[in-house]
Amino acid sequence: MYTTDQYEGMLAETVILPGYHADLINAYFARPLGAGPFPGIVLIHHLPGWDEWYRETTRKFAAYGYVALCPNLYFREGHGTPEDVAAKVRGEGGIADDQVLGDVGAALAMLQALPYIDGKVGVFGTCSGGRHAYLAACRIPGFAALVDCWGGRVVMIKEELSPKQPVAPVDYTSDLSCPVLGLFGNDDHGPTPEQVNTLEETLKKHGKDYVFHRYDGAGHGFFYHNRPSYRQEQATDGWNKIFTFLEKTLKGSK
Amino acid sequence: MMCTMIAQQFRINGSGKAGSGWFKVDQASVSYDHPFDMPLEYSLNLDFTSQSGLPGARVAVELDAASARTLVDAIQEVMRQAQAGGFVG
Repeated sequence: MYTTDQYEGMLAETVILPGYHADLINAYFARPLGAGPFPGIVLIHHLPGWDEWYRETTRKFAAYGYVALCPNLYFREGHGTPEDVAAKVRGEGGIADDQVLGDVGAALAMLQALPYIDGKVGVFGTCSGGRHAYLAACRIPGFAALVDCWGGRVVMIKEELSPKQPVAPVDYTSDLSCPVLGLFGNDDHGPTPEQVNTLEETLKKHGKDYVFHRYDGAGHGFFYHNRPSYRQEQATDGWNKIFTFLEKTLKGSK
Repeated sequence: MMCTMIAQQFRINGSGKAGSGWFKVDQASVSYDHPFDMPLEYSLNLDFTSQSGLPGARVAVELDAASARTLVDAIQEVMRQAQAGGFVG
């Protein structure tokens, strides 16, 4: 909780890290100033790209006391405005899950190696990034918390599987080893409330530690203040839920 | 605004005009997914690009579903008339 008498400062910059197959990719990095130790968080951007909203959100996590790193999953597609690069990826039907996991695993390793990290690192994502965050928390050992914001296609039917997305993330649920916070809008078409039910049933079946919050009056992307999908009340509550959850899982508050 | 991943990409032969002027376009993609600008959950997105160019070499259009269908019908009708008139080689 910020109080007006507290010192606040951060460093935010673009960095380079070796990602999937040791390809060098860039990432947006933000951390609170000071020796720490701080918990960390990897942000996985959405299909609209490594965009301004994700850079803002990376800084938001730093302002709340987290060392935050958001890898550019579209680095290999060339450079231009985030929108033009994302349009290229959209036209190609997205990027391969294995490549995402390689980049996210590298981001986790980079955070864990920093001298001012206290050892606990979470993973956060919205939209396709929510899906990737779920996948990462199942497939990459070492995450201490997962925040899945309306991740679509976590639950997939057979016809939706493709060489790039060969397995539905929900099918890896038995490997999930950290607490989960899920935020969903009840008017969302992907994931639908029925798909969220399926995900919840699977988490329950495997005895996983999870909390879901499902908002009426909200659809997909209700945090995006630059889109008509933004829902102020639900977004404010959702952010409070996220930071309360991370306080508990990454900072150890009761 | 989900990530539908509903997209098709194919080679074309043409020219496109964007802010920087005309350039060759040799690839088109059609998707029904996130718009960047249209205030909609989903849109039909057309991107005309050059495979050899930077991602910024792009002519982009986002349409609602009704407009997309109207466009398809108009293209079909115009091509039918052009064919009937002997203008298409």
